[in-house]
Order: sequence, then C-alpha cells, then structure tokens
Amino acid sequence: MDRKIVLEAQDLTRKVSSPEGELTIVSHVSFAIPAGQTVALVGASGAGKSTVLAMLAGLDVPTSGKVWLDGSDLTLMDEDARARLRADRVGFVFQAFHLVPSLTALENVMLPLELAGRGDAGVEARAMLARVGLGDRVGHYPRQLSGGEQQRVALARASVTRPAVLFADEPTGNLDTTTGASICQLLFDLNRESGTTLVLVTHDTQLAARCERKLTMSAGRLI
Amino acid sequence: MRIALLLGFRTLLREWRSGDLAVLFLALFVAVAALTGVGFLTDRIQRAMQLQASEVLAADLRLQSPDPVRDNYSVEARRRGIRTARVTSTLSVVLKGELTQLSNVHAVSEGYPLRGSVRVATRPFGVPLVATDIPAPGEVWPDSRLLAAVDARIGDELSIGSIKLRVTRVLISRPDQGSGFVDLAPSLLMNDANLAATALIQPGSRVRYVELYAGDRSRLAPFLTWFNATGKRSERVIDIADASPEVGNASARAARFLSLASLAGVLLCAVAIAMTARRYVKRHLDLAALLKTLGAPQSTVLIISLTQLACIAVLATAAGSAAGYLAQTGLLAILRDMVATELPPASLQPMFVGLAAALLLLLGFALPSMLQLSRVPAMRVLRRDVGPPQLGTMLAYGPAVLAVGLLIIWVSGDWKLSLWFVLGLSIAMATFAMAGWLLVSVVGRLRGRAGVAWRYGAANLARRRGESIVQIVALGLGLSALLLLAIIRGDLINDWRARLPSNAPNYFFVNIAPAEREAFQAMLSGDGGKVSRILPMIRGRMIAINDGPVTGRRAREGQASGRGQGRGDGLATREQNLTWSTELGPDNTITAGKWFTAADRGKPLVSVATEFQESMNLKLGDRLKFDIAGETIDVTISSFRKVQWDSMQPNFFLMFPAGLLEGAAGTYMASAQYRPTDPAAVAQLVRRFPGVSIFDMDDLLGQVRSIVEKAVLAVQSVFLFTVLSGVVVLLAAVQATRDERRYESAMLRTLGASRRTVLIGVMVEFALIGVMAGVVAAAAASTGGFFLATRLLEVPYHPNPMLWLSGAAIGAALVCVAGYLATRTALTQPPMSILRYG
Repeated sequence: MDRKIVLEAQDLTRKVSSPEGELTIVSHVSFAIPAGQTVALVGASGAGKSTVLAMLAGLDVPTSGKVWLDGSDLTLMDEDARARLRADRVGFVFQAFHLVPSLTALENVMLPLELAGRGDAGVEARAMLARVGLGDRVGHYPRQLSGGEQQRVALARASVTRPAVLFADEPTGNLDTTTGASICQLLFDLNRESGTTLVLVTHDTQLAARCERKLTMSAGRLI
Repeated sequence: MRIALLLGFRTLLREWRSGDLAVLFLALFVAVAALTGVGFLTDRIQRAMQLQASEVLAADLRLQSPDPVRDNYSVEARRRGIRTARVTSTLSVVLKGELTQLSNVHAVSEGYPLRGSVRVATRPFGVPLVATDIPAPGEVWPDSRLLAAVDARIGDELSIGSIKLRVTRVLISRPDQGSGFVDLAPSLLMNDANLAATALIQPGSRVRYVELYAGDRSRLAPFLTWFNATGKRSERVIDIADASPEVGNASARAARFLSLASLAGVLLCAVAIAMTARRYVKRHLDLAALLKTLGAPQSTVLIISLTQLACIAVLATAAGSAAGYLAQTGLLAILRDMVATELPPASLQPMFVGLAAALLLLLGFALPSMLQLSRVPAMRVLRRDVGPPQLGTMLAYGPAVLAVGLLIIWVSGDWKLSLWFVLGLSIAMATFAMAGWLLVSVVGRLRGRAGVAWRYGAANLARRRGESIVQIVALGLGLSALLLLAIIRGDLINDWRARLPSNAPNYFFVNIAPAEREAFQAMLSGDGGKVSRILPMIRGRMIAINDGPVTGRRAREGQASGRGQGRGDGLATREQNLTWSTELGPDNTITAGKWFTAADRGKPLVSVATEFQESMNLKLGDRLKFDIAGETIDVTISSFRKVQWDSMQPNFFLMFPAGLLEGAAGTYMASAQYRPTDPAAVAQLVRRFPGVSIFDMDDLLGQVRSIVEKAVLAVQSVFLFTVLSGVVVLLAAVQATRDERRYESAMLRTLGASRRTVLIGVMVEFALIGVMAGVVAAAAASTGGFFLATRLLEVPYHPNPMLWLSGAAIGAALVCVAGYLATRTALTQPPMSILRYG
C-alpha cells in the first residue's frame, strides 16, 4: 500500500556568503519521505546533512527549491508560521540534548505541549517520562541528570506531542556506546509505537543501518 | 501569551541564581534608591511649601516698610471691613543671666496671624499645637533654638532690650517665617505692647515694619488701588501672587541640584543594565533558538524576557523605594536644623517616579538587546556560530539616547540645564576614559615585572581593556565627586578661615546711637575691646540717575545679578546703607577717579563700589539723586572703589565725603577685636545699650560653617549612590566575564596553580582597577578643588597628598571586596566541574 508523503524536498539549494565569495553548501537536493518511514541522512562532515535537516524542519530557508512538510509549503511561510507548524507536527532530538537548564525534567517535557496550547501538559509529560524510564526523576534539573538521562528527557520531549516527523541530529553523538545503544533502541521503539516519520542525521553506521532508508550526501549533493 | 508569561515566571528564580538578573536587580535598585531618596526628600519639602503657600504671608496682603507704617492705612482698611494686624521685627541680643543669643525679635499685635497659624509647644522641639492667641503682655514665646542657646525653659525670664519677659510657650513655627531654610538667628514672638519698653527701636535702627490685611477679595482689590495711589515708595505690598519667596526658589534649585546629582548615579546604573542585558542575551541565545525550534513564535521569546525584566523592575522598585525612603530619613537627619518647618509625610509619588525610571532604563538599555534575542534564528540549535542579526544603529542606540534624554529633562525640568549636564558629564567621562586608557596601557607594559599572580592580574586588566576603562570611569566619577566634596568640607573652608587676618575684628556693633557712641566705645575699651573701624550709617534710597528714573536700569541689574526682574528689593530701589568718611580703608582700592580730599568736605560727591557700578552701569561723573529721610540730595560720582568684602570691616557700596550728610539722623556701625575676659561683659554691654545689635562673628561664621558642612554632607550622601552605581558597573563587568574567569581559573588550577595564586591574581586585577579609579578621581577632585579655591573662594590651594592616598585606598578596597564577592564561586568550584559542565 502506498504511504502518504509527509516530507518532500524539491530541488533544494542553499548558498551562503563568505569572505571568499558565495558558497553553495546544498545543491539541487530532491527526495520524498512517506509517513512512518525511518530515514538516515549520512555523509562526511561538511557534506550538508545538517543544512538539509534544518531546511526540512523549517529552521532555515533554502536559497531556491521547495519543502513540503505534512502538506504545507514551508518556503511560503514566515518564521512564526513555520514555528507554529513545528509546534504541531515536528519533534527534535539533538546531539547536545538542548534541555532548558532552568526547567526540571517534567517542565522540559511539558514545554512543547504548552507551546502547542495543550491543557493536559503535566499529565502527558509525566506519562512520557515514565515511558522513557524517568518516572522518578521528574523534579530533577538537567545538571542533576547523566548524559543518557538527559537524552531520554530530550526523547520524551520530542515524542510527547506525537509529531508527524521526528528529526534527530546525531542523537547518540555525545554518549558512550552502551548508553548510545539504549537511547537508539528507545528512539526506534517510540517511533514504532507512534508511527512517526523519523529523519536522523548520523555518522553512526550501525544507527543508519537500522533505518529503512539511507540518503547519502557528499559535497552538498545526494549521491 | 499565557505560556510565555508562565515560562518567564517559572525560570525567574533559576535565572536569578545565575547572577545576571541579580546584577540587573542591583543596578535598578541603586538607580531607584538614588532617585526616590532625593525624590522623597524634595517631595516632602515642596509639599510643605505648597501647604504653606496660602499662609506664607500670614495675611492676604502684606505691607512691608523700613519706616513705621502710618496709622491711616489701618484706619482706612478697617473702614473698608478689612482686618489688620502689625508685626515689628528687629535683631537683638537676648539674655538669660550671662548667656546671650542674637535673635530675630517679632513683636505682634492682637489678631496676628490673619491667615495660617502660629504653632507652639510646651517644651523645646515638642509636639506642636495651634496657638489661638498671641503672647500676653509680659510674656515671650522663644523658639527651641533660642531656649537651648540661653539654657532657658518655660517659666524663666529673658532680657530683651531694657525689659524682662517670662517664657510661657515655645514657638515652633509662624506662618510667615519663610517656608524653606531658616535665618541664621533664632526667633521669638512677643506682644506689640511691650515693644516700646524694650528700647530696641532707636532712630536709625534696622527694623522691618509689617502691616497685615485680610478680607474678601472684593474689598481688598479697591483697598490696594487706594494704597497704590497714596502709599510711599519705600512701602511694598505683597499679595499671594508675589509670594514666591527667594527661599522657595533656592530650595527648588537645591532640589534640582540633588536630583541631578542622583541622576549621575542613575546613568551609571544604565551602563550596568546595558552590560547585563548583553550578557543575558549571550546566555539566552541557545534557549531562544530552542524555543523557536519547539514552536515558539518570536513574540513568545520576547515576552519571556520582558516578563522577567518586568518582575525585576517591580521588585527593584519596591526594594529601591524602601531604601530611598530610609536614605531620605538619613538626609533629613543631616539637614534637620536647616529645614524650618514640620514636613508632611512623604507621598507615594516618588515611588511611581522610581518605577517609571526603572522601566525607562530597561526599555532604553535592555529592550534593544531583548529584541535582538527574539530574532535569533532557530537554526542556532544546529549551528552555534549562527547568532542574532545585528540591530540597526537607530534601534541599538536610539532607545538608550531617548531614555537618557527623557530622564535628564524630566529630572532637571530645563532644556538648557539638561544640555549643560550632558555636556559636563560627557567631558568628565571622556577625560576619565582617556586617563583610564593611559593607566591601563602603562600597567599592561609593566606586567612582566613581578610574579605570576601580578602578571596574571595585569594581563587580565590589559586584555579586557574596554571593560577595565568602563569600570575606572564609573567608579572614578563617583569617587571624584565624594573627594571634591571632602575637599570643600575640610580644606577649603579651613583655608578660607585661615586667610582671615589674625587681628580681624570678631565683633560687629550696629545701631549705636550718636549720643551713645563715646560711652559705648569707652565701655568697650574698658573691657579690652579695640574698635578697628567706626562709621556713621544712614538709610537712603536712590531715586534718579542723571535725572532719569532708576527703574529703567533694573533690567540690566536683573541680568547682571542673574536674578529675575520681579524682585522689588534690588539694589536700584531698595533702601541703602549710606556712610561718609574722610579715610579710605586699606581694604578699599580706588579703581577710577580719586578719593575725597580735604577740599572735598561738604561737596556733593559720592564714591561707589565696583559691584554697584557694574550692576547699575554707572560711570564717573554720573549724577545720582537720593531720598534721605524725606530730603533729596544730588551728588556726582567722583570715584569707584574695589572693596575687599571679606576683610570683616564695615564697608559700604556708597560713601560720601564728610560734612555732607551729618545733619541727617543716623547711627554708627563699628567693628572691634573683642575678647571679653568676663563672659558677663557682653551681657552688661547689652543691658547698658539695649538698642545696639551685637554680632559675634566667630559665632556667625561657626553657624555658616555648620550649615555649609551639613549641606555638603547631604550632597556627599547623594553622591554615595554614584559610587554604589560604579560598584554595580564593576559587578556587571565581572559578571559579563564570569564564564571566561571560571574557565581561566579552572585551567590554571588544572595546570597546578594554587587557589591562593589564582585569588591573588584576581585581586591584583581588581586592586589595580580600584587604585586607578581612585587616582583618576583624586586628580579630578584636586583640579576641581584648585579652581574652586583660586576662582571662587580666592584662597591659595594646598594640594593634599592624603587625598590621593585615600582615593586609591578607597577605590582598591571597594573594588577588591565587590570583585571578590562576584568571582568567589569561580575560585571555589572544583576545576573538573567547570571544565566538564561549563
């Protein structure tokens, strides 16, 4: 059965200006990702993976080309409209966790629910923290948690809104092998349970191998 | 909106612990405390003045005259249904036993005051009660200061002129005593019926006669018209519209000066706010990007920051206002003797002014940074090198310039003054910055001359050159103001007093009747007094210059003296003290024309002091017409004299040759060196010559000095806020480099440096900043002191090395303590935790 396309890039190009002149860091990239698919975006450092990820999530805008996320053309939206779309449809996991240091684990997980205007933020966030194995650490601040625990909180935060697409940028990059493996397992389990589309940028070949599809980039192009 | 507010509140406490908001709070706290401290004080004084405005005349109309007021005015007033009362005021020495005190004697008639009320108490400085009558004949109501001076209490008798009156109450306030700062001499109230018996009023005595009128406006207006048609030139009528006394203007000017002094500190706090806001933005870039990534619109990011700023503003305003109120209480304690009236309680208005100022400072100095924060691209979550877009010049600096401009104009209430303030402050800051740059450069070059701690400290100073200079300027400004005021309070006043010749007269005697002159001199000489100069004195009014009216010259007079034209008692029209002499004292120098010769005796000539010449635009040969006791006399200006007024000798603007005015009734004025061996001698002199006013110059100079010292102390207290603001700037600068310092400290300790070495290095850096600020401040204060001494007080300036030492020591101590408190966590935290978690 054909699955609905949830994410589509069409002829994406991103140029930046530098002291040496204009640089093209992503060139004419096109692909479509069906709902529920797990995709690994791989390539050497500087290949343009993170830039593509940023454009797919509406964090950056392409110099030319189009991006559709769950049917919406991101390139026609202003920054606030893209932010609203992310609040509703997108989750993120980062290599550096990016938890808010002044909020507890629970408050961090509640954050996207509150930004999306959901009234049951506390209940859902507690449930999600329990799901990632941190039910007894809800009141802890990020500094009081280990790296693996912080990434679990980040996973809970990314999944709690049940996004259409979950973007992960090197989610195990800052973790040791064992912790990385357990986080990886959790990521795929959550993805399977919610049927979310997963796009992850990684150098980790084992992690990439667990994805249904692999997109490889080199010098700003898909190969 | 709700979630943004919620997040703002939720993260407030954690943010506070990070230190940025605490410094921001401190900056706003000091700014609000400085503004409200002065605000509460001036608000209370000005409200007291407003309350008294309707009472300040003690009547609806007030007639003042140097001569006894003719009875026909009161007869006419009563005929028109207008109430009247009289006040006769003169200066006299009051005695109790052998204790004496020069006092303002006010003899009042039944019905006084016609408006407002006299307040009295049953003991000195007691709870005031409204008096429903006036002192009965034989009674006197002295004020608390007079009672204290002569050690008297209720029931005692005081000698006033030739009679004794019994103290029955303590005078606390009169409606017409002036609403701002008091006269030097204390006051007493007595019944008009006893005045003649005191024998205080002699021909030529310096007396002010006042007649009060009160009634319906419809009756007063025609009475005033009638009076203007019949009254004498020397009689002056004041109604409530004129009742903006000079003391009112003086206290308004003082209030404005204190407010501007507090503003210097407020502007320094603004610098600290801008520095803190920049650091806040730097620390929150990642969070703002994350929030946007999670779906927060730009406005949410902005509201979170603004919520936190607003909370800090409200808290700082509350705490700052409380501190300001306490500061006001302290200022008032310093100024207690100088403020005549009971002050009403403070209103809440200064607190709102403080809140408005806090918000204005935040909007001007923090909002641009917050706007920048809200514009950080979400992309930063993936690439940390992506920062917020640079703000345009208008947006970056426009609000700050606008906020500063609004604050200054608001506080000064005057465009011109604001411009001078900005100009002065800018020049001072630029000079301080240049000096700071020079010192930092020198120290930077000397860093290899000592051990590792010195090198580390000096290197830090030179590396953070910009921040170091900002800190030196901020601290230096406050310290220089304090040091300059210390110079004024100590050295300059002492120098001025020391400059008076040792044989300068220390007593002045006024109103010596011609018939008593020889007896008076004999009695004074008998007690060892040496009369250094005795001159006749008569009262007269100039009524024409070269046959033209005097009033035409008053505009120039107003400009020359810097006063408005509304004053009716200017040099031109007021009664002058006139004298004649054949001798020109050594404190008088002829600048044009020639002094009277023996041949000039009886000739219609006059010698004019240069101040009078300049204010009236006179030249040699001009003809002046005088009205002296009803007689007119025409004289020609034959010379101009430069008078050394602080020679402590009797001197006059206008001197005539001998043989011209002798026929007019007058008195004598004398100066003398007089050190009575027996304290009772002065009392005996007063009893024997009750009409003579005795001025103990040592006592008067002591009182002037005390008032000047208190005023300077009050201003110094206000400038303490400027020093505090400098410390806040220092804290903000330290806070801005906190992460850097923590990392450096951790690295050094990882490489084997002891905690002590790191601590000494940091303290060297702070001590250098403090010493430099102190040195720059001492240089500025010395320069200011030099100009004040040589230009204003005309005394030689003696540099004081202690000033430099104390400046450097205070600076170093302040900065070291504040710096240590701000950086101690960086020194105590384990290096591993810093290197691992940042």
